[in-house]
Amino acid sequence: MGGEDRPALTQAVLQIDCAAEVERIATGMVNIVGERLRRRGALVALSGGVDSSVCAALAAHAFGPKKVFGLTLPERESSPSSATRARQVAEQLGIPCQTEDITGTLEAIGCYRRRDEAMRRVFPEYGEGWKSKITIAGGTEGRINFFRLVVESPDGRVRKVRLPLREYLQIVAATNYKQRIRKTVEYFHADRLHYAVLGTPNRLEYDQGFFVKNGDGAADLKPIAHLYKTQVYALARYFGLPSAICDAAPSTDVYTMHQKQDEFYFALPYDKMDIALWAHEHAVPAHELAACLGTDEKHAHFIYRDIENKRATTRYLHARAALIDRLPEIDD
Amino acid sequence: MEPIKRQVRAYILDNFIVVGASADFRDSDSFIEHHICDSTGFLELIGFIEEEFGIKVEDEEMVPENLDSLNGIAAYVLTKRAPLEQDAGGGR
Repeated sequence: MGGEDRPALTQAVLQIDCAAEVERIATGMVNIVGERLRRRGALVALSGGVDSSVCAALAAHAFGPKKVFGLTLPERESSPSSATRARQVAEQLGIPCQTEDITGTLEAIGCYRRRDEAMRRVFPEYGEGWKSKITIAGGTEGRINFFRLVVESPDGRVRKVRLPLREYLQIVAATNYKQRIRKTVEYFHADRLHYAVLGTPNRLEYDQGFFVKNGDGAADLKPIAHLYKTQVYALARYFGLPSAICDAAPSTDVYTMHQKQDEFYFALPYDKMDIALWAHEHAVPAHELAACLGTDEKHAHFIYRDIENKRATTRYLHARAALIDRLPEIDD
Repeated sequence: MEPIKRQVRAYILDNFIVVGASADFRDSDSFIEHHICDSTGFLELIGFIEEEFGIKVEDEEMVPENLDSLNGIAAYVLTKRAPLEQDAGGGR
């Protein structure tokens, strides 16, 4: 044992009884959607990733596939394989699924133009045929987190630069249109069907604030927000979802260059991040985390500090609109 | 060091919303612990320091020791400016 009342820190701490967990979540979903929200089904936007696929599988199990509606919402910069995987999942689950391309809306609202303007302030030659992504650095080396813009010219030359704050904020703000427009479309269909919208964050994303407020962060129910990513993968295998889903590394599919989630936001690849977050939650000493991750104690301290910093910085994302006076007759 | 600290304090009070007891922060107080700055705030502060004091903050210098208090910033800016001032002096 690693402590008086906790197991030693290994990947085994994340093991769950998948069958029991599926039943527990499904019961919760039926109660929440039917009784508290008073909706008659659930809508889930399918990204082709493991989180939304597992949410769809849980919903189909809880409500029956006919009471679940899937949406795929690609835009011109989405990976075509994402939509293929999403449709594959919907077919396998037997849920109705519709595709709406949101490129036109994003163009009209200035998503690409506003983002590219900010990128050109950093790389004036950035334009047609170029690819880009944003990466995070600093936190796990004990430094202040900052972001780099990485661009690839049409001839394949890659360059990167630390982003000044103004440009970073504009690029993120413009890119956030993607999640917010998707949510707008999701709620159109949810309203017309009288369904609840499922949010698909896993525990890492929920805890560390890796979502867009009023974008993918908006939902009526988040059925896997308590599950570590490792556990979400376990449920995907339990449901027998396509291997392309069960084996896919998490990707943001938001920028034109391939961007892994741990490049953009998390300090570590998801399996290690799961362990670090579990360890943080269970007050595991840094030296024990270090041993489990194969790093040194100083680095483990930096990882803990990064977890706390991200929590603090993103608290605003979780907050509901604040009132000057409490209205308990409504809010309680 | 004092003029640097005064300038940075004025910038923080002008640009961030610092309320209550935090507004009376001391030169040695941590911006993080006193909720004066989060990571976005630090990026803004770095932009100000670079422009105001004519230095380039390198990635590896973005550590709390250099940036998380007025004392830290003043010491860091003086260290960064020392070679620049020497160069300027040597040219006379």
